[in-house]
Amino acid sequence: MSDLNQALATKYKGNFLKEVIDNVEEGDMVQMCMQCGVCAGSCPMGPHWEHTPQKIFMMIRANKREEVLASDSMWMCTSCYNCIARCPRELPITHIMHGLATYAKRLNLVPKTQPTAKFAQLFWNNLTSKGRVNELKLGISLYFMNGFGEGVKTAMANQKLGLNMLKTKRMAINEAWGGHSVKDKSGFHAMLKKAAEIESDSIEANSK
Amino acid sequence: MSDIVATNETILVVGGGISGISAALEAAEAGKQVILVEKNAYIGGRVTQLHKYFPKLCHPTCGMEINQRRAKTNPNLTILTMAEVTDISGDKGDYSIKVKLKPRYVNNNCTACGQCTDAVDAEFDSEFNYGLNQRKGAYIAYNNAYPQTYVLDERIIGTDDATKAKDACPADAIDLDMVEESIDLKAGAVVWATGWRPFDANKIQPYGYDRFDNVITNVEFERMNDLMGPTGGKVVRPSDGAEPKKIAFIQCAGSRDRNYLKHCSRICCMASLKQTHYVRENITDGTSDIYYIDIRAIDRFEDFYQKVQQDETVKFIKSKVAFITEGENNNPVLNGVDTEGYHRYANEYDMVVLAVGMEPSVNQSDFPVEIVMNEEGFIEMDEKNGGVFAAGCSSDALDVNRAVQSATASALRAVQVINQVGAVSPQNEGAK
Repeated sequence: MSDLNQALATKYKGNFLKEVIDNVEEGDMVQMCMQCGVCAGSCPMGPHWEHTPQKIFMMIRANKREEVLASDSMWMCTSCYNCIARCPRELPITHIMHGLATYAKRLNLVPKTQPTAKFAQLFWNNLTSKGRVNELKLGISLYFMNGFGEGVKTAMANQKLGLNMLKTKRMAINEAWGGHSVKDKSGFHAMLKKAAEIESDSIEANSK
Repeated sequence: MSDIVATNETILVVGGGISGISAALEAAEAGKQVILVEKNAYIGGRVTQLHKYFPKLCHPTCGMEINQRRAKTNPNLTILTMAEVTDISGDKGDYSIKVKLKPRYVNNNCTACGQCTDAVDAEFDSEFNYGLNQRKGAYIAYNNAYPQTYVLDERIIGTDDATKAKDACPADAIDLDMVEESIDLKAGAVVWATGWRPFDANKIQPYGYDRFDNVITNVEFERMNDLMGPTGGKVVRPSDGAEPKKIAFIQCAGSRDRNYLKHCSRICCMASLKQTHYVRENITDGTSDIYYIDIRAIDRFEDFYQKVQQDETVKFIKSKVAFITEGENNNPVLNGVDTEGYHRYANEYDMVVLAVGMEPSVNQSDFPVEIVMNEEGFIEMDEKNGGVFAAGCSSDALDVNRAVQSATASALRAVQVINQVGAVSPQNEGAK
């Protein structure tokens, strides 16, 4: 993975913007940013992250490759879409942030202690195993995200909530055994595999 | 009103703002017959609602008086006020036009003495002052209005106020039996100059124009500074009538924004720079903070911008404000992140002026004849428009200077059409 990172950094040396346009989903729209700052001011995460979207976009243009890809910003996006709604140039900011996150992950540059990156992986694994989100399993895996001890503690603290959800049929206990799935599970997996292949091939090709 | 003579050698000018007046006068002074149709009870349009022009900071009334005089003395020009074009049919060189004339309830005997205003009780929001104050049901829009004829608001017709106004009139000028008329006109060419309207600030939800008293628009601020305006030239906070000290201007309020108006309205930067002069002149210890994406002081006005930059009472903050909240004492609080350093701010002000942009007055769907418009709703120059030529802000977001240039150009195009019509009309046949 770090070889790929090295290869891409060398290939696009001095032009990180081009690298983003070529390899990040909707990365070409970064060029449309006019630095008005409405996205930054509208973000509910406010000061709780390192770089605002507008700053990230400017850093991309300013060739700050390492800083951008190692930033925690794209991992803090909650996908509330406030920035997209208000952006005067209709930049798909949320999508670009997720695109950058995916790209940083591919290059193994995600901050090691980033909890939302961990969560994202758990969510992805949960979703892709059967094509449907298994909320019971996702919840449990989140409780135990930081070890067994903490997991038990969190589970005990949320006991009442869990029971109420069961009572009102917001959570099904039988999800623990298998759980529901898409009709054509193997087809679904083949599709994901193909998509990943296309994406990898394109980025591999760009690195050469 | 039925004694108007109009042939296919007449030029119809729609809209009596600065562009319409300019086009009408240029064509009339070139010897053409011109009919000017204006929706309001007076000509002059938005220009009459301005306190001062940029860059010279002189009063628009001055130039308007010259135009009024030119209009008064020119026999080729007929002005119809309270009139609206409802239909245009035919082709270049031969148009048939329907015009709706609304009743004014006051005839030409009016001496503008104002006794009807005193006699009437009913009051309505003043359109001229963007609803900042009230006017009587019998009124004249502003002191220098042309024609100098009062109007009765149709909402008082049939009430006691109408009779009171009639009884108070010493000149026998009030005619309560006037009714709406529709007249047919001919014209060879049409100059379309219906101008602009301020973008509706209520649509910019995050700025809370509809929720916060002390968030106003630039056109309202303009009226406040006018000595003849709703506050007699005093700048006041709508919430408590106090004089604001800290004032913020938000640029691109609606403009350059794909959620609202896609285009740059071109005048708002200069308008706000101009309005910082009002703050300095009319408010003791007043300060102006301008929030902007980038300042577009178009071409020659760069020096005006530079002078304002040197002013200690004016601060420039490079940031499009994300949203406004309301703090204590109804003070608007501006929230956002600036672009020069990426500092997060929550700045409190006494009053906020939204520099709203301009949008064309007439929507394509309401247009009385087929017309080619761009996606912003401005009329394009196109063969398909035949003998209809856009002038001023119907064609683009323009300042007064450029609107007049555009009007003169359109007048010339209209005159060319009339000359072609004239060359083949029967009365010229013998001469050939």
